Amino acid sequence: MTAAAITAGLAGPATAARTRIGREWTLALPLAAFFAVFFVTPLLLLVAVSLFADAEMTRFGLDQYVRFFGDAFNLAVLGSTLYLGVKVTALTLLFGYPLAWLYTRSGPRMQSALILVIILPLLTSVVVRTFAWIVILGRDGIVNTLLLSLGLAETPLRLLYTEGGLVAALVQVQMPLMVLPLITTLSRLDPNLLDASAALGAGPWRGFWKVTLPLSLPGIVAGCLLTYAASVTAFITQSLVGGGQMLFMPQYIYQQTITLHNWPFAAAISIVFMVSVLGVVMLFNLLGRASKGYVHA
Amino acid sequence: MAALQSALPHRHAAPQPVTEASAAPAGVAVTLDGITHRFGASTAVDNVTLEIKAGELVALLGPSGCGKTTLLRILAGFQTQTLGRVVIGDRVVDSLPPAGRGVGIVFQNYALFPHMTVAQNVAYGLEARGAAKDAVRARVEAMLALVKLDAMRDRFPKQLSGGQQQRVALARALAIRPSILLLDEPFAALDKNLRLDMQIEIKQLQRRFGITTIMVTHDQEEALSMADRIAVLSRGRLEQFGTPEDVYDRPATLFVNGFVGSANQLKGRVLRVSGGVAEVALEAGTLLSAVTPDAGLAVGDPAILCVRPENLRLATEAAPQQIAGTVELALPLGPVVVYEVRTPDGGQVKVTEPRVAGAALRAPGTPVRLHPVSPQTCRAFPVSAGA
Repeated sequence: MTAAAITAGLAGPATAARTRIGREWTLALPLAAFFAVFFVTPLLLLVAVSLFADAEMTRFGLDQYVRFFGDAFNLAVLGSTLYLGVKVTALTLLFGYPLAWLYTRSGPRMQSALILVIILPLLTSVVVRTFAWIVILGRDGIVNTLLLSLGLAETPLRLLYTEGGLVAALVQVQMPLMVLPLITTLSRLDPNLLDASAALGAGPWRGFWKVTLPLSLPGIVAGCLLTYAASVTAFITQSLVGGGQMLFMPQYIYQQTITLHNWPFAAAISIVFMVSVLGVVMLFNLLGRASKGYVHA
Repeated sequence: MAALQSALPHRHAAPQPVTEASAAPAGVAVTLDGITHRFGASTAVDNVTLEIKAGELVALLGPSGCGKTTLLRILAGFQTQTLGRVVIGDRVVDSLPPAGRGVGIVFQNYALFPHMTVAQNVAYGLEARGAAKDAVRARVEAMLALVKLDAMRDRFPKQLSGGQQQRVALARALAIRPSILLLDEPFAALDKNLRLDMQIEIKQLQRRFGITTIMVTHDQEEALSMADRIAVLSRGRLEQFGTPEDVYDRPATLFVNGFVGSANQLKGRVLRVSGGVAEVALEAGTLLSAVTPDAGLAVGDPAILCVRPENLRLATEAAPQQIAGTVELALPLGPVVVYEVRTPDGGQVKVTEPRVAGAALRAPGTPVRLHPVSPQTCRAFPVSAGA
C-alpha cells in the first residue's frame, strides 16, 4: 500500500471499511492453515532434501543441482518436457478455439450438447481416458484396424509409445481446460462489435483478427496456462501412452524416488522442474495482464 | 427531383468547410418494399413498405417488440428478410452482406472497439476498405474535428463519457462516407440534459451532410423533435408514416393516437357518418363530431373517440356538445394544470389548461363541463382496431 493510500485510509468512512476488511481476512485462516501444513511445509521439506549432497543424506551441499545442470541428458529431459507442453498447448488452442467459438454461436439445444461433450472428459478418470487412447492407438487398435482394412497401410503403424500419439492423447485429455475459459471470454463479447465491424466494411476474417481474437486474449492466456501446467505434469498419460521410450520430468522424478531411492536428486530435479514451469506460467501471466486492461471495460 | 430539392436548402444553409464539402455525399433514397420478417412462427415485421426520400431523417417509432430494430438490422444487412426488397439509392441490396452496403450504423451501446483508441476506432472502416495510410490519417483527423474530439484521439473508449463515446461512434460511422446512416436508440443511454445536446448535434450534422438517416426509437418526443417523418410501428405493422404534425395531429389509427402523445379514449356508438366525419354518441351522454380516418366505420358501430387533453376546454356555462363531469384531481405541472375529470358514466378524462400565476385551481368536487376545441381535434376509430 502506498503512503497516500494509507493517509487516505485514515479518513472517516474509509477507516471503517478498513477495519471491516481487517476482520474479514480471518475467514481465510482455515484454508491458509491447511495450505501451510500440507503444501508449504512439504515444499520446504523438498527444498531441504534437495540440499543434501549425497543419496544417503549425510552432508549438505549443492551437489545435486550441479549434477543436474552438468549432464546434458537431464537438460534434454527438461527441455523435451517443456517443449511437449508447448506442442500440446498450441494444438489444444488450435482445436479448442473453433470449438469454443462454435459453442457461443450455437442455439441453446446445441450448446447443452456441446458442453456435455466438452466436460465429459472431466467426468471420467484420467486413467480410463488414457487407456481409451491405448485402445485407439495400439497395434491392433481402432486406427490401425481401420487403416489396414481400407488398405491404406500394409503393416500396422506404430502410434502408441510415440510422441505424436502422446501429444494427441494429451490434447484430448486437457481440452476442457482450454475450452472452458475460452467460452467464458467469447460469450462475454458484445455481438454488436462484430456487427459494427461488418457494417464498417470488414469481412469476417478481418473482424476475427482485429476484434474477436484480441478481445479473447485473456481467455486464450488462461486456457494456455491451465493446459500447459496440466500437460507437462501429466504423469499418468505421459507414462502410459508415452511408455518407456520417452522420458519426461514427472517420470524421471518418479524413477529417482521409487526405483533408485535417490531422494535428494529427485527433490533437486523437482525444484528445477517446478521453477521452470513457474517461469513459463509467469510469462503467460504477464501476457494476460497486458491484455486484460481493456477487455473488461 | 423533388427529393433533391428538399436536400438542397440544408446545404445552402451552412457553408461547407473543405473537409465536409468533399465528405458530403448527396443523400440517397431508401425503399423498403413489402418487408416481412419471421422468426420461426412469429412475425416480427409484417409487410412494411416505406419510401424514404434522399436526405430525410426518418424515425421508426414504436414500443419494444414492434419490429423497428428488426427493420434496422435488415437495412444494415445483419438479417435477411423473409419477403420483400430493400433498395438503397438505385441498388437492390438484398444479396449484399453488411460490408458491401456502405451503411453507417451507431448502436445503442455504441459498440466501440474497447481495445482500440478513439483514432483507431474511427480508422477501422477506412482500413478495412484498404484506404492509403495518409488518406486514413487525414480522414480520421477531419472526422474527429467534426465531432470535436481531436484532443481525445489517443484515449480508449472506456476513458470517455457517454456523450463522447457516442460522438466517436458517429465519427466512426460517418468516416466511411456511408450512403445512409442508421441510429439504433441513439440517445437511450444518455442522461436527459446531454440527450438534448446530442440530439441537436446529430440533427445539425445530418443536415450538413445531407445524409439519409433512419433512427430507431421508442421515445415519441425524440421522434417528434428530430425526425422529418415518423413511421409508427406496432406488432410488426406500419401504422402510419407521416410528418410529426401528421402523426400527432392527424393520427391514422387508434394505436398511433394513444402511443404518440396522450389521448382520452371515450367509448360510444356511431350515429351518422358522412365525408369522413362521424357523429358519436358517447357513453358519457354527449353527442360529439369527430374526424374518422378509418373508412370502415359505419352507422351503429361501437367506436372510440380520441381527444388530446390539450384539445379539451373546461367551461362553466352549459352549451351543446359538452361533457358533464366533476373535477377529481388537479395536478399543477408548472406551465399547465392537468385536471382529472370524472364523467357520468364513470370514465375519467384528462384536461390540460394553461396555468395562470396566482389563479386558484379548481377544487376536487367542482362540477365542470368539457368540450373539444373543434371537431377536427377529435378522432373516431373502430373499437377492434389497434390496442
